[in-house]
Amino acid sequence: MSDAIIGGKDRIAKRFAKLKAEGRAGLVTFITAGDPDPEASFEILKALPEAGADVIELGMPFTDPMADGPAIQEASIRALAAGMHMRKTLSLVRGFRDQDHDTPIILMGYYNPIYIYGVAEFLEDARNAGVDGLIVVDLPPEEDAELCVPTVEKGLSFIRLTTPTSDDKRLTKLVQNTSGFVYYVSVAGVTGAGSATNDQIVEAMARLRRHTDLPIAVGFGIKSAEQAAEVARQADAAVVGSAIVSKIAESLDENGKATDKTASMVTGLVRELADGVRNARK
Amino acid sequence: MTSAPTALNSYRALPDPDGHFGNFGGRFVAETLMPLILELEQAYKDAKADPAFQKELDYFLRHYVGRANPLYYAERLTEHLGGAKIYFKREDLNHTGAHKINNCIGQILLAKRMGKTRIIAETGAGQHGVATATVCARFGLPCTVYMGSKDIKRQSSNVFRMRLLGAEVKPVVSGSCSLKDAMNEALRDWVTNVEDTFYIIGTAAGPHPYPELVRDFQCVIGNEAKEQILEQEGRLPDQVIAAVGGGSNAIGLFHPFLDDKEIEVVGVEAAGHGVHTGKHAASLTAGKPGVLHGNRTYLLMDDDGQIKEADSISAGLDYPGIGPEHSWLKDIGRARYVPITDKEALEAFKLCSELEGIIPALECSHAIAQVMKEAPKMGKDKIILMCLSGRGDKDIFTVAEALGVEL
Repeated sequence: MSDAIIGGKDRIAKRFAKLKAEGRAGLVTFITAGDPDPEASFEILKALPEAGADVIELGMPFTDPMADGPAIQEASIRALAAGMHMRKTLSLVRGFRDQDHDTPIILMGYYNPIYIYGVAEFLEDARNAGVDGLIVVDLPPEEDAELCVPTVEKGLSFIRLTTPTSDDKRLTKLVQNTSGFVYYVSVAGVTGAGSATNDQIVEAMARLRRHTDLPIAVGFGIKSAEQAAEVARQADAAVVGSAIVSKIAESLDENGKATDKTASMVTGLVRELADGVRNARK
Repeated sequence: MTSAPTALNSYRALPDPDGHFGNFGGRFVAETLMPLILELEQAYKDAKADPAFQKELDYFLRHYVGRANPLYYAERLTEHLGGAKIYFKREDLNHTGAHKINNCIGQILLAKRMGKTRIIAETGAGQHGVATATVCARFGLPCTVYMGSKDIKRQSSNVFRMRLLGAEVKPVVSGSCSLKDAMNEALRDWVTNVEDTFYIIGTAAGPHPYPELVRDFQCVIGNEAKEQILEQEGRLPDQVIAAVGGGSNAIGLFHPFLDDKEIEVVGVEAAGHGVHTGKHAASLTAGKPGVLHGNRTYLLMDDDGQIKEADSISAGLDYPGIGPEHSWLKDIGRARYVPITDKEALEAFKLCSELEGIIPALECSHAIAQVMKEAPKMGKDKIILMCLSGRGDKDIFTVAEALGVEL
């Protein structure tokens, strides 16, 4: 592997090792690529690490995000309306990588845009752009041959969602081809809906730890610094998506265009969340 | 890309255990739903093997749905077209006025068996919504139907019907505000209510095992028709024709005839304003394989894999995808799929009403329009068997508007 493409699961492992050494959990932030437009999205993306994001999930816009709530659906619609597509998503990552070599970027979304791009070509381009892993919502282990196995072979992580409906038998299957970290979706539902109680998270973490040594990130329904801190006491990372994306929506003018407040409103929230996460175990 | 029709040389042996029809089908769903889908698969396997389940299903199909419905010789249409003899399988005469109830009875019996206490469904034209609301009333289960706001407007009588039956109709305002968006919303509901909820999918699409189980419940159409045509004509038809949106009435008619290889199988897609205009719902004619709503199948989409909005005068055909088994049948060449425009369907709607005294649904008016093309080309000794999948009362407002008539 040449220097130019060092990354993939190595960058993710390095980041979680660093967090462990610092004795704290990480903050994983989600934004949709191209939301509200490609330029503003790039500004937000570049500002995330400095504001406290330890890992970045970048949503690949899709017309029919079946597992997402209204906030992330609307982010996809905004991005697509602004002319976003997969090649632009990858160039966004490339632009980010030119200046940040350490923050892992995970592309998150649905299978169809990848399938239409062509799996082999997509993986090649994604790796060259500096992508470290993928989360593809509608690819359960039953469909591993489609994308998961080729992704792992390419040296990228395929990060799996585990859920409250995953029993022990299912978890064995779920962690099989996964790498990087395991994402625990703490409530059965769409993104941005209700959140789990602390007891539920403690119980779920104990169950997951029996199945994997990988870091565990917990997400769904985390909206405030307090909630992020609570999760950060139990998990290796807290994932925040809808709250950040909603902040983008809030910052737009009456025509839905980015304003000079857009990037700063997002980084403001990310700073608060990062403070919560960083001080959680003190 | 496509597999041979299996060692037994049958077109009726799929899906494979993972839900594939050749390259199509599969289980492309969020992990939260996987345990539910696996549970459903097992429950359906058990039910299929249980004679008591079949007996109960037969009972309700006979005494509640009103089966067997007739296979009707459309004599005046046949004379008018001057070619092949035309038979209609009269699914419009079922309780609730369309084929959709066949599947709903099957699925609600399954839901009961699984101990589920809440039903959700998506609907386009409202026929599946009405059928679902109907069986929910009959079996005493609460029912939520997701329907695109665009469809709510053009199918207001069905919306009222569902509400009379006690169902909650939830308008869907995302995306194109039609069937695909209703399906997205139903999936979102299901992922949120995993413990108690059963999702009655209305067409032979979605993640495995839905395409298989919906097909099996709709095969009553083809099985009856086969018996009836043998009784009335002493032989099988030369051609079977049905309209395809998601494709459940079509696969229900086609499947029992697939291994009679001399029979030509024709599916009719909605070409809306015309395939060349881009405003249509002809996913097999003008789409390509992709992944949506749990299965790989032919879809309407752009070069980036973004799903396009479908367009058809018929709300029931207004879907940018198609059941995966149809995609397979197209690719292996066992079935032929053809487009029919809104205009052609309207002509057929009028002709059937005037000649046969049957007001057909706009969905199957597409099939009639194809019959109007096929029959004159065929000899008088030939037989076409078409699925008249539903009655057209629900469509009179749409048709009046299209014809410039004020009601």
